[in-house]
Amino acid sequence: MPAVSKGDGMRGLAVFISDIRNCKSKEAEIKRINKELANIRSKFKGDKALDGYSKKKYVCKLLFIFLLGHDIDFGHMEAVNLLSSNKYTEKQIGYLFISVLVNSNSELIRLINNAIKNDLSSRNPTFMCLALHCIANVGSREMAEAFAGEIPRILVAGDTMDSVKQSAALCLLRLYKTSPDLVLMGEWTSRVVHLLNDQHMGVVTAAISLITCLSQKNPDEFKTCVSLAVSRLSRIVSSASTDLQDYTYYFVPAPWLSCKLLRLLQCYPPPEDGAVKGRLVECLETILNKAQEPPKSKKVQHSNAKNAILFEAISLIIHYDSEPNLLVRACNQLGQFLQHRETNLRYLALESMCTLASSEFSHEAVKTHIETVINALKTERDVSVRQRAADLLYAMCDRSNAKQIVAEMLSYLETADYSIREEMVLKVAILAEKYAVDYSWYVDTILNLIRIAGDYVSEEVWYRVIQIVINRDDVQGYAAKTVFEALQAPACHENMVKVGGYILGEFGNLIAGDPRSSPLVQFNLLHSKFHLCSVPTRALLLSAYIKFINLFPETKSTIQEVLRSDSQIRNSDVELQQRAVEYLKLSSIASTDVLATVLEEMPPFPERESSILAKLKKKKGPGAVSVNELEEGKREGGELNGGGERGGDNSAIAASNASTPSPSADLLGLRTGLPVSAAPPTAGSLLVDVFSEAGVNDDGFLRDLEPPTESSDSLLAEGPGDSDSTPPPPPSVVSEEPAPPLPESDELLNKFVCKNNGVLFENQLLQIGIKSEYRQNLGRMYLFYGNKTSVQFVTFTTTVTCPGELQSHLNVQAKPVEPLIEGGAQVQQVINIESLTDFFEAPLLNIKFRYGGALQNLTLKLPVTINKFFQPTEMASHDFFQRWKQLSQPQQEAQKIFKANHGMDTEVLKAKLLGLGMALLENVDPNPENFVCAGVIQSKAQQVGSLLRLEPNAQAQSGEQMYRLTVRSSKDTVSKRLCELLAEQF
Amino acid sequence: MEEVILEVMEEVMVEVMEEALVEMQFMLLFSRQGKLRLQKWYVPISDTQKKKIAREVIQMVLARKPKMCSFLEWRDLKIVYKRYASLYFCCAVEDQENELITLEIIHRYVELLDKYFGSVCELDIIFNFEKAYYILDEFILGGEAQETSKKNVLKAIEQADMLQEEAETPRSVLEEIGLT
Repeated sequence: MPAVSKGDGMRGLAVFISDIRNCKSKEAEIKRINKELANIRSKFKGDKALDGYSKKKYVCKLLFIFLLGHDIDFGHMEAVNLLSSNKYTEKQIGYLFISVLVNSNSELIRLINNAIKNDLSSRNPTFMCLALHCIANVGSREMAEAFAGEIPRILVAGDTMDSVKQSAALCLLRLYKTSPDLVLMGEWTSRVVHLLNDQHMGVVTAAISLITCLSQKNPDEFKTCVSLAVSRLSRIVSSASTDLQDYTYYFVPAPWLSCKLLRLLQCYPPPEDGAVKGRLVECLETILNKAQEPPKSKKVQHSNAKNAILFEAISLIIHYDSEPNLLVRACNQLGQFLQHRETNLRYLALESMCTLASSEFSHEAVKTHIETVINALKTERDVSVRQRAADLLYAMCDRSNAKQIVAEMLSYLETADYSIREEMVLKVAILAEKYAVDYSWYVDTILNLIRIAGDYVSEEVWYRVIQIVINRDDVQGYAAKTVFEALQAPACHENMVKVGGYILGEFGNLIAGDPRSSPLVQFNLLHSKFHLCSVPTRALLLSAYIKFINLFPETKSTIQEVLRSDSQIRNSDVELQQRAVEYLKLSSIASTDVLATVLEEMPPFPERESSILAKLKKKKGPGAVSVNELEEGKREGGELNGGGERGGDNSAIAASNASTPSPSADLLGLRTGLPVSAAPPTAGSLLVDVFSEAGVNDDGFLRDLEPPTESSDSLLAEGPGDSDSTPPPPPSVVSEEPAPPLPESDELLNKFVCKNNGVLFENQLLQIGIKSEYRQNLGRMYLFYGNKTSVQFVTFTTTVTCPGELQSHLNVQAKPVEPLIEGGAQVQQVINIESLTDFFEAPLLNIKFRYGGALQNLTLKLPVTINKFFQPTEMASHDFFQRWKQLSQPQQEAQKIFKANHGMDTEVLKAKLLGLGMALLENVDPNPENFVCAGVIQSKAQQVGSLLRLEPNAQAQSGEQMYRLTVRSSKDTVSKRLCELLAEQF
Repeated sequence: MEEVILEVMEEVMVEVMEEALVEMQFMLLFSRQGKLRLQKWYVPISDTQKKKIAREVIQMVLARKPKMCSFLEWRDLKIVYKRYASLYFCCAVEDQENELITLEIIHRYVELLDKYFGSVCELDIIFNFEKAYYILDEFILGGEAQETSKKNVLKAIEQADMLQEEAETPRSVLEEIGLT
């Protein structure tokens, strides 16, 4: 081996490096560097032509300075000159400089490409390799344009040297990754695949990376690689440890190639050919067997290389998920690693087991290791290992072990690292909900969570516990009792006060029979926390107080006193002041009946995906369980959401309420009429609208107790007023033809693409408000027709039609609407929507009524657009790109470049994209300015997966703000429609 | 002027990046004092980003205690690192990538340096940084292993050195002394 200090030593460089190292301070270093830069600059500019050696030396110095972290803005041209030198070292330094200081000056690029071209055609393998390395290091589009055609030829040519082939393969891979459109494999495909058979192991090692990448994108064209890979793997696995000479690494034959082969196989399903499959299973078994053999060397390199192959084999076994025998063996092997003395192996075993836990074949086998994993959570000294243990516990949790796991996670939480607390809290909350058999356990768990880690309990978590308590009448009494007890603690977390305030405000009556928790005791307990709380919590408590006045008339004077105090009624915070004023007024003027109505118990929440789950998905680390699996689990435990009794089982509620000594018992009769979601307003029950309003009003997160009277000025809430009691006539008594859609109807439609609620239309007479909600392929829309005049509207009718083809794509049913709208009054109409397949047009809504004798006839487009049926899909960066690539047929993509109509505020954009209904994926696009989203459009006939990418360009060449929007969907019409709809939104 | 062009270029490249999932994203060599000794980036990233990332990763790795595991989650990537004497070798790989084989990539690179320089130490890498880059390029290209045989890699470097010597013997003695 050549010693280093030979002819190549550039003494000047060495001296310069020594000088820099001897600098005592940063300033001295900068001074020395500036001196050198000035010197180099003058040499480069000088009249005397520099010889190659000096040029090389100075370029190398510049490179050194750059790598120290200083900016270099010259020397590129000198470096390019070096490329065409005949002297190898000069050329080499030139290439190194170019690779490190990539420059996009087009003149330079032309020169660089020329030099590369010369070297590629020089037939000197050393020069060719240098040129190929440079292309692979820079990998720019310009280089792809210049060389993507040439390199495949070099790669497969019979007379190319092995070392050049290796560089060519990886160079091509780099170009394929940067500019897939420019690298056309077509005719080369089969010859490239056959490189797997090459005699030279180095060629196979390099080529397989290229083949793997190509297979991921074009699995069909490359599928012949499967059998080749299996036979290559089989030969390696069965070879003796010395057969492969220098490709044997610490007694392990070709570990890198083995791993790459196993990785390549993970691009495909299990081989169909029985013989190939048999051979592969044999390989996998051999690998598992070898793991049990005594090590051939004590060196860690030996065991690392061996285990690297083992873990890759286990990944393949998990990927196939079809060989129970292998899965269980893999699990047992990992089980041994769980207690290995090497931290690395323990970490990897925990990580790998997480995926095994989600396979039905190995779930049980994973569960047997629960004690070891719990122990790891308690005793591991490295937080990253503990994190893995927590992930695994989460993944292996099911009904049988939920209580144990949740208890362990809770106790771990007391000492857990701050960095992982929030995620732990979410996980505990999800497990507690998912596997709750009795709800008292669930309530206890969440309250413990707040007690132990209150700061990390996000809104979603405490919203959720309230949703569940409201929806489950069997746990309300217990919840009230438990929060009451929890609030006894002298210092309790604000989140506890929020939950306590809310639950006592709703269900305090259930424990008021006990003198120890009499109404006044409850109130005093809550109020003792008031002064320590933030404004939002105080606001919530004020609402709880007004609820108390209704629940317990005996507290009225005490509470009024509190509301009347200067610190409330003159509070500097507008929200608090307003609440105090309004609640005080309400409690003093409203009759008991009105009060009881306004402050009625919250209706059950509509069933929807747990917001906690959504949050965890957002945070999802690699150890997390797959989304599908979670959702399945949720369906299983779905009864917790109270979905089954939405708007139903009122008699049970009534009964449970009646059994309690509630002073509001006289109002129970009203509850029976409470239709939370569906049913059109029944005539006669004048209070119904208020409550169904409240049910609809909630937008997934519990806001606060908001007495509906407060919002009576809002269009969408109908106060308890006089409403007509005549039954609605069928909506079809119309003689006049419906008017054509208003010219602005498209524009109105566009306003609702990214939102579900708002004012659809307004003129001098009429205001139409909309609220809508969608789930799966179903939707429900509430239309509110407000009469803005003081005169009655008569023969008010509405018709919803699906023009033309839309009929077979969308099923829309409108419930009848009141034929008469009093001046200043508002009526509501419910429309049910079902998406049968994807659609383009919007349904039409025709409205006719007479106002002072004149017929009003107008037609609008109902804002039902295809994106309303989006189900958001969270996915990791890798999955996103994989799917993106899978949707690469030209017709699957729709793209639009358009000017920004609104500002480019990131938050606004995000809100719009969220409103669209897709999942907004963070940290996926390498450019943080861009947005990517994923979702599945649900319809009865099909599901259409869609991916979206929005690239804002704040300074396009024209000086205008521009966007580029790209949508890819599994169905071409969907991409097109989405693109059209969205282009109007930004 | 040139700087502006550079910025534009970066944007273009980041855009292109979307499709590129590179096995190894970057490799850093740094000292116990946190001085960066070698940096190799296999994905296009702006210079300011590089500095930021290097700072962040170095800080994170230096904070680790011995006996802790060699893998760290960082953003969407995995950091695999190992310390050899005064130098840390550290690779950022894709989340799916095999951690153990990456550790051995590091080890093989150390072996290559060691064999070439003859018991390599930090100073060898400082003073012959360009050699360290050449060796790395022979071993890993575009973030993927190109040649894992120690013999073959060193043979390639040796051949290059031969070319070099032929070219330079006449001038080195005279001019080197006079020059500095």
